[in-house]
Amino acid sequence: MRESLPLDTYKEGRYVIGKDLIFIIAGLILVFLVMSLLLSVIIVLVLDGWTRLVDPSFYTSFPSRFPERAGILSAWVGTVYVMGGAIFWSIIIGVPAGIYLEEYARKKGVIGYIERLIEINIANLAAVPSIIYGLLALGVFVYIFNFGESILTAGLTLGIMMLPVIVTSTREAIRAIPKDIREAAYAVGATKWETVRDHIIPYSLGGILTGFIVSASRAIGETAPLITIGALTFIAFLPPSPITSDFPFISLKNFKEVLLSPFTVLPIQIFNWVSRPQEAFHINAAAAGFVLLVLTLLMNALAYIIRYKVRRKYKW
Amino acid sequence: MVMDVIKSIFPFGKAEDKAAVDIATSRDVQEGDTKIEVKSLNFYYDKAQALKDINLSIYAKKVNALIGPSGCGKTTLLRCFNRMHDLYPGARYEGQILIKPDNINILDKKVDLLKLRMRVGMVFQKPNPFPKSIFENVAYGLRILGIKSKTELQDRVEWALKGAALWDEVKDRLKDNAYSLSGGQQQRLCIARAIAVEPEILLFDEPTSALDPISTGKIEDLIVELKKRITIVIVTHNMQQAARISDYTAFMYLGELIEHGKTENIFTKPTNSLTEDYITGRFG
Repeated sequence: MRESLPLDTYKEGRYVIGKDLIFIIAGLILVFLVMSLLLSVIIVLVLDGWTRLVDPSFYTSFPSRFPERAGILSAWVGTVYVMGGAIFWSIIIGVPAGIYLEEYARKKGVIGYIERLIEINIANLAAVPSIIYGLLALGVFVYIFNFGESILTAGLTLGIMMLPVIVTSTREAIRAIPKDIREAAYAVGATKWETVRDHIIPYSLGGILTGFIVSASRAIGETAPLITIGALTFIAFLPPSPITSDFPFISLKNFKEVLLSPFTVLPIQIFNWVSRPQEAFHINAAAAGFVLLVLTLLMNALAYIIRYKVRRKYKW
Repeated sequence: MVMDVIKSIFPFGKAEDKAAVDIATSRDVQEGDTKIEVKSLNFYYDKAQALKDINLSIYAKKVNALIGPSGCGKTTLLRCFNRMHDLYPGARYEGQILIKPDNINILDKKVDLLKLRMRVGMVFQKPNPFPKSIFENVAYGLRILGIKSKTELQDRVEWALKGAALWDEVKDRLKDNAYSLSGGQQQRLCIARAIAVEPEILLFDEPTSALDPISTGKIEDLIVELKKRITIVIVTHNMQQAARISDYTAFMYLGELIEHGKTENIFTKPTNSLTEDYITGRFG
């Protein structure tokens, strides 16, 4: 008979507590290292840019050749407009594309073959450097469609850049919906479209928003593609406000003008200030960098809140 | 030709509606008459044949049980009755399944699957309510039928929940998420959802296999109650259950129908030795 295993081997053999401890400590140190790097960047930005951050005119002034008079008005307004466009285009194209590939695409035949080719290439698109998207936009939107070096072009460019992640996360979210729920909808007589509209889309919203957070955070900091399509570094005017004080409060004419007006964005403004020799401009750059971070965090926080609400409403 | 290509690229739900064979509702056959007639049915998943030459009658307003060991094709057969297989590529039917009294072959390509599935409801193995409110779960089938009137929806949801013996437990929390219910309650909610559109036939795919004995008892009582107006087809692994609640039993083995008849005959004097071996627990 086999000799029974002695139970007092806890500190011997495989149960050496030290190895776990070493891993825990090493892991903690690495996590703190990364976190403290990020934290120190934020702290440095705040300390360096403090004098400008607390100055209200920094947010309401246009760029200037005098550093103490230069502000980020056109840059943050531009970022908001461009991101609005990017979010609009990426969701309006990406979510339906993801739903099509997951729910409607066939796996067989010539069409199935083409669709699989598309699937593979969507994954590849996520790896394309952003400057290439800039070149694409310059060729297609600026020269062929004649949208000019405008907010519309910039929104489309960043929107297309966000697409692969949105498509992929939409598909993942749809795939996570249990097969039984889908069958339940069909079993009471729903059409495919009714199933998609009433079940697939609402239940996958949480996952779609996650992809949205990832891709929007990347897009908001993009500089290269926007420089390629001709974003300006010095803009001393704002596009007309699309929201007016008179009824019906939205001016389509102004809206069109917004879309076609030239723009700059925060990352470009920062880059421009950093490359100046004067020390005072570097302070502006630090402050603008912090504003960009806050904008990103605000956008993410909003998406997180919506996602939380959605997930609480539809849980299984 | 061009339309076919377009349809194959955009396979939207109601594309073939115009040519659809209209499945009338409301008429029904007498209790005990044949409700579904399966004629030499073969079914394939791609190249694998899952059902071999099935000939079977399902009787109206009775509980018809399908029993057999795992993988014998009983669930596959059940899912033929509402064409659930059509959701997945590679499914292929041969033969006929006639629904009485209109004698329509539901395997016909032109059959309107949406109307078919409203006439032939289904309850699944695992409770699968939608992650919505209790009310919305039951109202869903009615909404897609086009019922918009709030009072009518409320009346019919209440009627269906009462029919599923769930009303008293949930009447004060119809707005709660369906997932706040227990497993047995969820399954009864799924039954309420299925009967809300007043189907003539209700398919049960091992409805109690995920439930405790008390919930199982409630569902069984409910099935016996429902057969007064609905034809029931139930797949079960549990032979006692089949003996308790069913009027007719079909024993299947390896995709073939081995024996079919009144439940008491199948369980007391089976004619086929395979059936006998199975119900006496020698295999399965």
